[in-house]
Amino acid sequence: MPPRKSAAKPDVSADELKQYYRDMLLIRRFEEKAGQLYGMGLIGGFCHLYIGQEAVVVGLEAAAREGDRRITTYRDHGHMLACGMDPDGVMAELTGREGGYSRGKGGSMHMFSTEKRFYGGHGIVGANVPLGAGLAFADKYLGNDNVTFTYFGDGAANQGQVYETFNMAALWALPVIFVIENNQYAMGTAQKRSTSTPDIYTRGEAFGIPGEAVDGMDVLAVRAAGEKAVAHCRAGKGPYILEIKTYRYRGHSMSDPAKYRTREEVQKMREEKDAIEHVRDLLLSGGHATEDDLKAIDKEIKDIVNKAAEFAKTSPEPAPEELWTDIIAEVAPQNA
Amino acid sequence: MATEILMPALSPTMEEGTLAKWLVKEGDTVKAGDILAEIETDKATMEFEAVDEGTVGRILVAEGTEGVKVNTPIAVLLEEGEDASAAEAAPSAPAPEQQATPAKAPAAAKAPEAPKTDTSPDWPEGTETQKMTVREALNAAMAEEMRRDETVFVMGEEVAEYQGAYKITQNLLEEFGAKRVIDTPITEQGFAGIGVGASWGGLRPIVEFMTWNFAMQAIDQIINSAAKTLYMSGGQMGSPIVFRGPNGAAARVAAQHSQDYAAWYAHVPGLRVVQPYSAACAKGLLKSAIRDPNPVVFLENEILYGRSFEVPKLDDFTIPFGKAKVWREGTDVTIVSFGIGMTYALEAAEKLAGDGISAEVIDLRTLRPMDTDTVIRSVMKTNRCVTVEEGWPVASIGNHISAVLMQQAFDYLDAPVINCTGKDVPMPYAANLEKLALTSTDEVIDAVRQVTYR
Repeated sequence: MPPRKSAAKPDVSADELKQYYRDMLLIRRFEEKAGQLYGMGLIGGFCHLYIGQEAVVVGLEAAAREGDRRITTYRDHGHMLACGMDPDGVMAELTGREGGYSRGKGGSMHMFSTEKRFYGGHGIVGANVPLGAGLAFADKYLGNDNVTFTYFGDGAANQGQVYETFNMAALWALPVIFVIENNQYAMGTAQKRSTSTPDIYTRGEAFGIPGEAVDGMDVLAVRAAGEKAVAHCRAGKGPYILEIKTYRYRGHSMSDPAKYRTREEVQKMREEKDAIEHVRDLLLSGGHATEDDLKAIDKEIKDIVNKAAEFAKTSPEPAPEELWTDIIAEVAPQNA
Repeated sequence: MATEILMPALSPTMEEGTLAKWLVKEGDTVKAGDILAEIETDKATMEFEAVDEGTVGRILVAEGTEGVKVNTPIAVLLEEGEDASAAEAAPSAPAPEQQATPAKAPAAAKAPEAPKTDTSPDWPEGTETQKMTVREALNAAMAEEMRRDETVFVMGEEVAEYQGAYKITQNLLEEFGAKRVIDTPITEQGFAGIGVGASWGGLRPIVEFMTWNFAMQAIDQIINSAAKTLYMSGGQMGSPIVFRGPNGAAARVAAQHSQDYAAWYAHVPGLRVVQPYSAACAKGLLKSAIRDPNPVVFLENEILYGRSFEVPKLDDFTIPFGKAKVWREGTDVTIVSFGIGMTYALEAAEKLAGDGISAEVIDLRTLRPMDTDTVIRSVMKTNRCVTVEEGWPVASIGNHISAVLMQQAFDYLDAPVINCTGKDVPMPYAANLEKLALTSTDEVIDAVRQVTYR
């Protein structure tokens, strides 16, 4: 198969390409490891893997800058790694241990890092959309030009509160980017069976919010679209919608029998559209990296993930007293 | 035939108003739809239209008159050919704006006088006080906190240009501007979520729900997003936000607009839940709520908005959460209530005193945290307890107090605890049925007689 070309052809350096390769690979290997730990019974409950969608968060993080915020739904591991959260802390939260970001009390779907300006990790489909607009509201009120990336899926795009939020975000010109990660399936329901029109990005038109569709399997196209959206928001022009067409290779959650799509469909996406392979091709064909360079990156990632898994296995369970902490704050939390 | 024009009820809870201005004079001819007068209620100034045509025969209440009771004749309308003498014998006509006689809510009876005994005063002895309505107290609390902290803002339906559907946010727009006093679209789930997000972003939102009934659209954001995040984040981030608005039955607004959410929200860890009765409590607790680092559900009551109470003249008056107020000391029975239930509790106590039964009346004020210690101490003295609330009986606040007393004061109880509650039915519209659905002073008196065997 000849190397795919990036549609966007943005000005990209070899170092940037290598960084995107590295960041996407970290997410993929991390998720593979999480799947493995789930199978071993070390991770419980719901666990939604991000494998296949890596270019979305890596491309958009490349368009973000210090001070910007992000918030997403329950398929959140990739977002956390992409914004620089520590893989040890994320993995230890998956195993419900003291060393996790929420000290084991949140789990896969409920993690936060005020330091990295990551505001969850939300288990209620659609509920994070007004929350993201609220974060953007705070930035506007405080008079800075930060933007908030509010991620949600094609399934959440049918929730009523999404449109309540579109209306207010447009009305008040909030600096929020609505990122619709369209992986084509709302759990097990294909988009065409759940959504009346194929192009979700056009749903902002009724509110005067510009939107565009983006190839989510091309990290450079995602970055370019992200930069455009960010510029729009920072200029005070209000919200922007990016519908990023992507694909998840794994099931909705670990317990998904995947009867709603064929094995061939998944295989075809992996072989022809994989975002990591795409960057790998760009690196090799452009002479930016050798096979050995990439092997070194692979090794580095493998070590990080193994270390995270080891930490997640050995970090102790939270002390029983933790049951009763963090219910009511005595002093004001350092939000912002 | 001449008809009397009666002082109209221009809101479900209006009992009286000010005849601000006559727009017609005696001898004027009017037709249906003409504006006769401007009438000021406790919520707004409204225009009052004629429903019949005729000639204004006599004006019975001069403009500027305050406290004109609903259904008082204010003018006489003459039919063609009649002269003013017909006005003398004019029969009453229903108030044009509302055909049925407006039913007074049972709770609308005269507020009992503040009891003399207060074992635990909320302000230093000797502090000067002033009469203030609950509405004015809530408004003052928000204004004071908005002056103190730039990050405090208020958002909700009609809070700004309309001056508040119940006038609680009156004049805030003028003082603080549109950046901090924000009219929202009718979209409770959306703006509740935006409020919670803003609280994570470093602000101190006050989200007004026009009534708590509409907050059911937003209950997911209140519970799943606001109440649980501190825990789910391992203490990293909380939600310093106040959700407030009128709660419970107003008057004649029927099932979807008449519901007490006290027990619903008191159930949820991670929330503070406040339901004040007096103006002083409303002010002191709302100021505490705005400063609190946790999400606060602040349940007000439309019928109480217009009631007046003594409020201390202090620059910065706050009341801590989790501290009940003993309104009246007694020895024979403990009556526990909160919010508008206090009107029944205090009225019952007053009547019972006339029969020689001494009731101690406790106002919980905050339902989470709940000051059960004060209740237990009181029951250890009185050995009997009656609870009073407007909410439904199943899984009520009264049920919880009963359980606490059974577990922690079993040996002190001389009778089973009785819970006076709203009836286990959706709120009916018919005036007689509505009255039956609510609890009442008589029910409280009966319950006290049962537990005291007197």
